[in-house]
Amino acid sequence: MLRFLGLRLARALLTMVLVVTFAFVVLRLSGDPALLIMSADAPPEAIAAFRQAWGLNDPIWQQYIRYFAAIFRGDLGQSMRDGRPAIELVAERIPATLALTLPALAMKLGIGIPAGIHAALHRNSFADRAVMLLAVAGFTVPSFVLGLLLVLVFAVQLGWLPSGGQESWRHAVLPVLTLGIGGAAVLARFTRSAMLEVLGQPYMRTALAKGVPWARAVRRHALPNAAIPTVTIVGFMVGSLLAGAVVVESVFSWPGVGRLLVVAVANRDLAVVQCILLLVAATMVSANLAVDLLYGVLDPRLRSAPREATA
Amino acid sequence: MPPLVEIAGLTATFDGVPALRGVDLSVGRGEAVALVGESGCGKSVTWLAALGLLPGKARVAGSVRLDGQEILNAPPATLDALRGGRVAMIFQDPASSLNPVHRIGRQITEALALHRGLRGAAAREEARRLLDRVGMPDSRRRLDAYPHELSGGQNQRVMIAMALAGSPELLVADEPTTALDVTIQAQILELLAEIRRDTGMALVLISHDLGVVAETCERVCVMYAGRIVEETAAADLFAAPAHPYAAGLLAALPPIDGPRRPLAAIPGGVPEPWAMPPGCPYAPRCPRRVAACDEAVPRLATVAPAHRAACIRPLPEGAARELLSA
Amino acid sequence: MSVNDEPLLHAQDLVRRYAVRRGMFGRPAEVRAVDGVSLTLRRGQTLGLVGESGCGKSTTGRMVLGLEMPDSGGVAFRNERMPPPGTPEWRRLRARMAMVYQDPLGALDRRLDIGVQVAEPLEIHGIGTRADRPARVEALLRSVGLRPDQARSFPHELSGGQRQRAVLARALATAPDLLVCDEPISALDVSIQAQVMNLLSEVQARTGVAMLFISHDLRAVRQMSHRVAVMYLGRVVEEGEPDDVLRAPAHPYAQALVSAIPHPGRRGGRIVLKGDPPNPAARPTGCAFHPRCAVAAAVCARDVPALKPRAADRRLVACHVAQGEAAPGAGLPRHALEAA
Repeated sequence: MLRFLGLRLARALLTMVLVVTFAFVVLRLSGDPALLIMSADAPPEAIAAFRQAWGLNDPIWQQYIRYFAAIFRGDLGQSMRDGRPAIELVAERIPATLALTLPALAMKLGIGIPAGIHAALHRNSFADRAVMLLAVAGFTVPSFVLGLLLVLVFAVQLGWLPSGGQESWRHAVLPVLTLGIGGAAVLARFTRSAMLEVLGQPYMRTALAKGVPWARAVRRHALPNAAIPTVTIVGFMVGSLLAGAVVVESVFSWPGVGRLLVVAVANRDLAVVQCILLLVAATMVSANLAVDLLYGVLDPRLRSAPREATA
Repeated sequence: MPPLVEIAGLTATFDGVPALRGVDLSVGRGEAVALVGESGCGKSVTWLAALGLLPGKARVAGSVRLDGQEILNAPPATLDALRGGRVAMIFQDPASSLNPVHRIGRQITEALALHRGLRGAAAREEARRLLDRVGMPDSRRRLDAYPHELSGGQNQRVMIAMALAGSPELLVADEPTTALDVTIQAQILELLAEIRRDTGMALVLISHDLGVVAETCERVCVMYAGRIVEETAAADLFAAPAHPYAAGLLAALPPIDGPRRPLAAIPGGVPEPWAMPPGCPYAPRCPRRVAACDEAVPRLATVAPAHRAACIRPLPEGAARELLSA
Repeated sequence: MSVNDEPLLHAQDLVRRYAVRRGMFGRPAEVRAVDGVSLTLRRGQTLGLVGESGCGKSTTGRMVLGLEMPDSGGVAFRNERMPPPGTPEWRRLRARMAMVYQDPLGALDRRLDIGVQVAEPLEIHGIGTRADRPARVEALLRSVGLRPDQARSFPHELSGGQRQRAVLARALATAPDLLVCDEPISALDVSIQAQVMNLLSEVQARTGVAMLFISHDLRAVRQMSHRVAVMYLGRVVEEGEPDDVLRAPAHPYAQALVSAIPHPGRRGGRIVLKGDPPNPAARPTGCAFHPRCAVAAAVCARDVPALKPRAADRRLVACHVAQGEAAPGAGLPRHALEAA
């Protein structure tokens, strides 16, 4: 058990290091923060001074080592725009992002899973075909198109809901819907195929032959087995609680982590970008780890060896 | 005394393709009947249809009476009470026929709760007693085991224990030993015989293995292409089969002793359900075929006392022996 | 003819171990799937290998073909050592030996028609020219009882028996010296089993191919084999002429196997073994069969019996009691396991 966890943690750390390294290199090679943050017509001496102050003239590997050394001290760097610690900037945006992604997750689970189960139980019925059609539409349409469409209809034409900003709970409705619809669609399709697979298994027939009523067989025998593959997708959705709203936050001018990331990348605000990426990688990796452990709980076959080793 | 189960004219169709074309079968109280045939003949479908276990898109018609009461297409509540209660069914691959995420104790107590109203500690104790009854060593610990932790033979014992939970009057065993090793097969068949002796339970044994059914059952029904083509006592079938298909099956078995020669294989294959020949479905492969065989499907007719065959030219008693030793 | 006296293939003391992990968090354990098996195959003859699941017969078959390297022991084909898998010499040897599996649908590619699949070995080994291959394929299909027009069929369009014939045609494409058949008829209906067995015998008579016929079905093995070896938990426990072994099996396990053959017309009198087939990862000490043996004596739990000829009739049997080295005991149900 310890060995298992240890290995997973080591892999998780490696993932995070790789993510940050990648960002490090790409950001530095693709633009000059000095020019982007100080406007292009600032005096050359100011730009040079900026570069010197932030160590941008040093060779890349030196900057890299300095950065990682600082992490071990707990210092994730400062924003080049206003000098504030990157961690602070990011932390103050997290509640805003969660205010969107948590309700969206609830929506994905609350709509997607029941829809998928219903479709599987009534295979080839009108309800099944309708759910599948809607699901395909839901995850094919890109989120920004969906968001803009919703804005067009509900904010511009009907005037029911505001189109941007974060003033009241009403401002959250459209972004949450945009986020939730795509995820619910994916989950519906996935749950449906997991359920169909399980419903066709011999142990379902055994349960019925035992005299278990159909509804109970579905609840007690089918669902627990269908949950196993479904957990993978849900885990992924939980892992993207922080990073999954980048596009939506931009479309709706929602002041969350995603929006901060977009601005920071545009400005090559290195420390902020790296800090966000570290955070996102950590969230995703933890979610995956939790899913792996959850598999062990849901599927007893993973916990102990099978009885026969046939030759 | 009316038979325990009486099936008459049972038909089953999937998307317009018939799988059962009129099956007549009866099982007496405490009797052991075998249903033998090759893949696709409908032997499993017959009992799945009788118990309402076929998927919804199947169209089932005919009559199935349990103790005189019609149960075909009965309302779900009736069937739920009946299945696992008066009539229990066990299946071929025990490893995949048990729910992998439930402990076996729970799977047995579920049946006990449904049919004997037992719960909690009483149910657990009864489940343990059932596991002992089916010869599972270390029954108390095994209650908490998962199916994948047990062997194929042990899983089949669990299935039998689950089936016995409702004290059934009839156990339908669908190829119960096919997926098991030969020595384990012997154990399971022995167990079924023992249970029958103790409880007087009737048994329907579905199998493709003629030898297995010969040792366990009193009466054998041979199926081909969705119909019963021969029905008689087990000893009579093996000594003097009347239907050419049954004779052909017996002749195709590799002999245990005697000179070695090419096996008397039946030529050709089973016709596809959507491409049935007119008249007798076995005619294209039958060495005794005549023109009249293609005209109409033969009905099951008596050829000897308690011996019926669906053939217009059944084998007379001596002839079969010739065929077998040819 | 002296060339027929020399064995085509000889396997000596084959051992094959696997590491098996117990569950997600467990420690790996070692499983000895094959534990010292020797066998000989001769031209035109069939050796039947019988046993239940976990006895190692399939693994033995793969080692005989050279698909797996034994951990110790060796295989000599035509007096030359079997080269390691993947080497050019090994690839050339593929033309001399072929395998027929239990599941014909799984052994065939679903997306290629069988004409293409039967021709594939010809292409790989450069047999014949492009021009004459279709004729060769046609001849091969006819030789297994298929019609030439079925070359255009896909596997799912054929019946189980026809698929197995197609697999056989492909196996025979390079006119191999050796055919390893691993449960070739178990997945087929009884009437088709007879057809395929007849076909295999006929092919052997016609081409002189040697066969290793692996099966759990003693009747089929008797029909097909000139010699039979009974395996239990990775070792051969008895070997001899099929009629001798079936009429008077010497090893207690072979006795149980023979008595378990369903007999139309027999009632009762079957030897019913207690317990389950053993787990290769939890091997008993001494003779692997002793926990289930009705006549096990004290020595059986200590010493592994060697496979050697019995004094009375030269039957090869690995059993202390059958060899007369120990008096029959009353069985030893409680047993120790070998240290993992």
